[in-house]
Amino acid sequence: MARAALPGRLNWQLATVVELRDETASVKSIVLDPPQWQGHRAGQHVDVRLTAPDGYQAQRSYSIASAPEDEHLVLTVERLDDGEVSPYLVDELTPGDELELRGPIGGYFVWEQSQGGPLLLIAGGSGIVPFRAILRHGTAVGNPVAVRLLYSSRSLDEVIYREELIGLEDDGAVEIDYTLTRVWPDDWHGHRGRIDRELLEEVAWEPSEQPLVFVCGPSGFVEAAAQALVENGHATKRIRTERFGPTS
Amino acid sequence: MEALDGNSIGGALLEYFGREMTTATGSCRHCGAAWQIAELMVYSRAPGAVVRCPSCGSVVIVLVEVRGSTQVHLDDFALDQSEAV
Repeated sequence: MARAALPGRLNWQLATVVELRDETASVKSIVLDPPQWQGHRAGQHVDVRLTAPDGYQAQRSYSIASAPEDEHLVLTVERLDDGEVSPYLVDELTPGDELELRGPIGGYFVWEQSQGGPLLLIAGGSGIVPFRAILRHGTAVGNPVAVRLLYSSRSLDEVIYREELIGLEDDGAVEIDYTLTRVWPDDWHGHRGRIDRELLEEVAWEPSEQPLVFVCGPSGFVEAAAQALVENGHATKRIRTERFGPTS
Repeated sequence: MEALDGNSIGGALLEYFGREMTTATGSCRHCGAAWQIAELMVYSRAPGAVVRCPSCGSVVIVLVEVRGSTQVHLDDFALDQSEAV
């Protein structure tokens, strides 16, 4: 039985673009000032809606890259060449523009101090974005739990937040393992190839330490990583996943 | 077509129910498996989405967008009593 739709109680709001930062050749961070922002939790996302002059609307979800403690709301967006929304966000948007968004959204893929640790974050490509929020939030609250990050990228050039991640690691906020799946420099000391059971066994906390695991990336990546974790003995209820699709 | 997960319909559910729903718990009326909404499999089919149980594959929730507002058909996902809306 259909329920009558209720008037929208989660309102769309306009945020002003403050700054755009190049992260990689196809990824930009959009620094926003949403005047009506109520705050968020690390790991949440927003929906962004674009409206064409003829009224056609397209909407996509993007993870929030900033910590709750940060001054501005930051989204990091990867341009997908056949996408409807991301090419505009990455190539056309300029400071001073307004962007329509709603949020924050989600309570499942969220980390707060009360959830404890140790924390294992597993990112594929732009799946790193919500983890920037979690890592920055961890730093803001004094790094209360041990954190490991396993970050899979196609190449070193496609590693997002590279300098910031080095800084976070130097500060002792996180231990990071990188794996490159397509090309790697001759002197590459990190891992090579896709995440599998062996790599997870080497990098992850032992299942007996009951790490809280977050996995974010494209659907196939998340599926494979989560399955390998379970096969290695990690409890499904300690694994939280967030998949993003190819249509953004 | 690859599935997303229930996180991706968080905005539509928040709009419809007026509160965060991705952590809401319930069970599939077909096989009885218990899930949080974030754990369900979502197949986006604009303008809407079909949501399936990861255990048995049955459709448990359907989202349809009509004239800019989302309608949610939740008949085959039994929300736990504490989540009743």
